Amino acid sequence: MSPLARLLAARLASGVLTLLIVSLLVFLATEMLPGDVAQAVLGQSATPDAVAALRAAMHLDQPGWLRYLLWLRGLLTLDLGRSLVNGLPVASLIGSRLPNSLLLAGLTALVAVPVALLLGITAAVWRGTAYDRVVGVLTVSAVSVPEFLVATLAVLVFAVRLHWLPAMFYGLDLRSPGHMLLVFAMPVATLSFVVVAQIARMTRAALTNVLDSSYIEMAVLKGVRPLRLVLRHALPNALGPIVNAVALSVSFLLGGVIIVETIFNYPGLAKLMVDGVSTRDMPLVQACAMIFCAAYLLLVLLADLLAILANPRLRHP
Amino acid sequence: MNAGITRLRPATAAGLLIVLFWAAMAAFGPLLAPHADGGVMSAQVFDAASRAAPLGTDYLGRDMLTRILIGARYTVGVAAVATGLASLVGTTLALCAATVGGWTDAVLSRLLDALISLPSLLFALVVVASVGSSIPMLVATAAVIYVPGAYRTVRALAVNIVAMEFVKVARARGEGTLYLMRAEILPNIVLPVLTDFGLRFIYVVLLLSGLSFLGLGIQPPYADWGSLVRENIEGLAYGAPAVIMPALAIATLTIGVNLLVDGLAGRRGGGDGR
Repeated sequence: MSPLARLLAARLASGVLTLLIVSLLVFLATEMLPGDVAQAVLGQSATPDAVAALRAAMHLDQPGWLRYLLWLRGLLTLDLGRSLVNGLPVASLIGSRLPNSLLLAGLTALVAVPVALLLGITAAVWRGTAYDRVVGVLTVSAVSVPEFLVATLAVLVFAVRLHWLPAMFYGLDLRSPGHMLLVFAMPVATLSFVVVAQIARMTRAALTNVLDSSYIEMAVLKGVRPLRLVLRHALPNALGPIVNAVALSVSFLLGGVIIVETIFNYPGLAKLMVDGVSTRDMPLVQACAMIFCAAYLLLVLLADLLAILANPRLRHP
Repeated sequence: MNAGITRLRPATAAGLLIVLFWAAMAAFGPLLAPHADGGVMSAQVFDAASRAAPLGTDYLGRDMLTRILIGARYTVGVAAVATGLASLVGTTLALCAATVGGWTDAVLSRLLDALISLPSLLFALVVVASVGSSIPMLVATAAVIYVPGAYRTVRALAVNIVAMEFVKVARARGEGTLYLMRAEILPNIVLPVLTDFGLRFIYVVLLLSGLSFLGLGIQPPYADWGSLVRENIEGLAYGAPAVIMPALAIATLTIGVNLLVDGLAGRRGGGDGR
């Protein structure tokens, strides 16, 4: 096995191990539920026989470790159990919402990443200028402000005062681009706000480190043009940290998605999970949590791999 | 902090003032509030600012200024206690891991790194779903979520100190692990640990108010600023100050802490995720 393949295999194995620990944590967290789930589902008036039957059907009479393994098998075979609230299969509930969330996240990434890279790179190139300081203060503020402030201000300005955009999310019509633009403008802009700030800050930091090194000074002295200097000489060496920043900001995106889907009433996975939490629908909450964690770990893993491919030095740790 | 306030940079001084202001409001807010809590003082709901209600009225016609002053205790106080717990546990574990090293270090680091890879709001949602959102549970949840971050930062600082000569000398003198942690290592990393506390406080405030905004955080009859935004969200359609003011209060608090931390650390504040 080549060193590169071994390194990739090691990263993959550590990712799977982390996901396993996360699944154990999610399972343990939901095990802390006080009281009897079967009793809670059926209500106070249920006969003891009915409760016992449901307990057996939900494997509640089994020891914890066995239930964990059963749950794990269910996750792998997409048999996620049934919702405790409406009895529908969790897999189909999630299946109907997942594409909507992916669409929202994809659009946000499409808008946020280029803007963030542009801001970060220009701030690093013109570091120390007034422009850099303005970008710095704006991004620090954006990171420390709650998403729901951005969302409420956006609704106040664009929907209430200016009447340009709808305040609530009412139905998806994928055929009309104009309609899509109107409907997605505010959720995507709100989400992008925090993500852009985070990526821009990290991009600036990574690129500034590289720009201060002596080989860049050498390139300046030999007369390389500024644009070529940044794009060809500096950026490839900063690519690893930047890709990592993009992947890490996914965790910000995730927190944002939960708030934004709720505030705009967007029919996505995060809204489904929040509703599940308020009705204490544990199978649904567990499954949603695992999907989010898996997506997050997958992106971090991809970023790791990209960084290794972009920087030959990382291939020989 | 022996430098006088005049020697601070303006941004840092502003941050310090904002933090002191909100700390005072958390302590004395209810005494200063112009109207008794829960009192409906106006028939006008979602009213604009007036002489009687400087920040308008909420969805029941209560004075918004009073609500925010009373809410300060829940936003600032609960977050401060949770962050304090997280920092205390994280710092102790990190000092222990760095001083003892070996297996203790390896096992602790591996375990806490797995915890760090859970996005915080998501983890909080799972815990709230199972144990509910009483105030002690919220404090415990937020503390557990931010222990790994504090651990990672402090451990990275402490391993540098542990490698130094004077620690080796102290070890050779036969000092115990507790003495090494408390008297040799901790005094050398106090400032970065405090900086980390400040950043983590911001994350905790954002996490808890996010939860409250979703209706899953602090429950009535208590209300923090996140719950105030939630309960008045209908007023958005009328452009009522009742929605915007609590959100702005959170923003001033977090930006204030950030400015202060930036100034104390002498760098652009960083972060490793909320």
